[in-house]
Amino acid sequence: MLGVFGSHVDRETREIALRVGRTSRSRIGDALFVHVTRVFALLVLLAVVGILVSLTIGAWPALHKFGFGFLVSSQWNPVTKTFGALVPIFGTLITSFIAMLIAIPVSFGIALFITELAPVWLKRPVGTAIELLAAIPSIIYGMWGLFVFAPLFSAHVQPWVTEHLGGWPIVGALFQGPPMGIGIFTAGLILAIMVIPFIASVMRDVFEVVPPLLRESAYGLGATTWEVVRGVVLPYTKIGVIGGIMLGLGRALGETMAVTFVIGNAHRISPSLFMPGATISSILANEFTEADGRIYTSSLLAVGLILFLITFIVLALAKLLLLRLTAQEGRRA
Amino acid sequence: MEPETLLSADRVASVEPGTASAGAAPVRAPRPVPERSGNDTLGPQTGPDARSDVKIRVRGLNFHYGKFQALHDISLEIRERYVTAFIGPSGCGKTTLLRAFNRIYELYPDQRASGEVILDGENILDPRQDLNLLRARIGMVFQKPTPFPMSIYDNIAFGVRLYERLSRTRMGERVEWALRKAALWGEVKDKLKQTGTQLSGGQQQRLCIARAIAVKPEVLLLDEPASALDPISTAHIEELLDELKKDYTIVIVTHNMQQAARVSDYTAFMYLGKLIEFSATDRIFTNPQRKETEDYISGRYG
Repeated sequence: MLGVFGSHVDRETREIALRVGRTSRSRIGDALFVHVTRVFALLVLLAVVGILVSLTIGAWPALHKFGFGFLVSSQWNPVTKTFGALVPIFGTLITSFIAMLIAIPVSFGIALFITELAPVWLKRPVGTAIELLAAIPSIIYGMWGLFVFAPLFSAHVQPWVTEHLGGWPIVGALFQGPPMGIGIFTAGLILAIMVIPFIASVMRDVFEVVPPLLRESAYGLGATTWEVVRGVVLPYTKIGVIGGIMLGLGRALGETMAVTFVIGNAHRISPSLFMPGATISSILANEFTEADGRIYTSSLLAVGLILFLITFIVLALAKLLLLRLTAQEGRRA
Repeated sequence: MEPETLLSADRVASVEPGTASAGAAPVRAPRPVPERSGNDTLGPQTGPDARSDVKIRVRGLNFHYGKFQALHDISLEIRERYVTAFIGPSGCGKTTLLRAFNRIYELYPDQRASGEVILDGENILDPRQDLNLLRARIGMVFQKPTPFPMSIYDNIAFGVRLYERLSRTRMGERVEWALRKAALWGEVKDKLKQTGTQLSGGQQQRLCIARAIAVKPEVLLLDEPASALDPISTAHIEELLDELKKDYTIVIVTHNMQQAARVSDYTAFMYLGKLIEFSATDRIFTNPQRKETEDYISGRYG
């Protein structure tokens, strides 16, 4: 009797002890976990601030010397040591713009086909191909662009375009110049091919989370696929779609190797898309090793800082756009 | 419009599985005064007294999800401007049957139906049917409210714009008409520009009903329309059905037997993909002909 009672007490004590032990141990573990994750998160912040600060310090001599003129001058002369960032800023923005112009509709079409139209057996291969495309290193795109695409483009497409569109008023100016194959347009096109997988796979993912019942309701009213997509799928997923586009734009703005291969690297602003140009990242890749003198290096760091700021502004604008869209439609219940 | 005042026993027959497809057509009788005009394209007449007001005639319908057969040789007839309810335990195929009526199942590649579903003399399952036109004639409301991510006004106007080009005023009138029909106008008339997703669940479901009737369909399919709603919203919707059946042929799938008894004129009891019994609702619930039906309505399984 006593034994039974005793063992019962024992068990209870042991259980309490165990429970207490576990509680205190898990409290320590929890605290540790909180601190460790916090440190990790703060590291990111530290890295961003650190990069910004060191870029600014490095760029200071150039910014100090050229002042606001650095932004609007198209001079880039290592001999006279006068530098201005207008050419690479222009090149960066225009190539990314061309890339987006091509990539957004194509990605939209790809995502739409995969989610709404493709027969089941085709969905997976196409989806996998898209993801593989994203995994190809950018230098491969650059080499392909320079050695395969550019010769074909200059031999077969450029002469035709210049001949037929070059004579048009205003638009014609965009297609002037010798058919070299490389240049602003080629860079934009290669960029488009590179960002399509990112935009397309984000779009596909967000299209796929549209509730089946919502889709069915629209089809149930007699809507065609296009009407369902335009009227219901796109409005429902617009935040994700914009996010995907911004992801692609961010990549296009900063892409270095592929662009350096095919843009032609000329410090010149030309109205023609077929003429060579330069982007911020292509200048950095080309000239950093040979930059002599403090002002030259500093000017390169300054354009790097500008790229950083452009990317930041683009992301901020995207956030603002999203906020406005959400405010417009109210919160989704 | 109580069923018993309209239906006498001879107008009603129960359909038994197996014998059903032989053309032992149930439920066929002249109805007093069909008010709606312009809809005299009647189905194939199968009997001398077939002054048919059958809206949908299902014959030998089989349905497969991949290899799984979900419906076995279903035959029944849905009368125009009555409420027909499909009841039965989960997985019995009642929703599947409903989804064959507008071929919405075709969105999913491994689902197929064979047999005939005849709407006003035309076989819906015929691949040559224009699916979009078909679906515009048959409205559907789902288990969960599915407001589109747009304003209340646009939710209603979306479907209308697909098939009609209305002036701003006419569209405004149509939206108001649909919302009034769905007993929602009073609650939303001052906030038509707000998103539909901000409404309560019951209001959202009535919005979906308004959206479905705004395109003036002939048939309204309801798939457990009140299963996600509170009792008050459910009551709203049930009253609404009573109102709507003056103009529409209504088919409702429900888990809730009391609901079927309250709202429907005819009830089909389904079990394991087969139609067990189909007859006037009061008869199903007071005097079922089949053992399975009796077991189910008395709560012995399901």
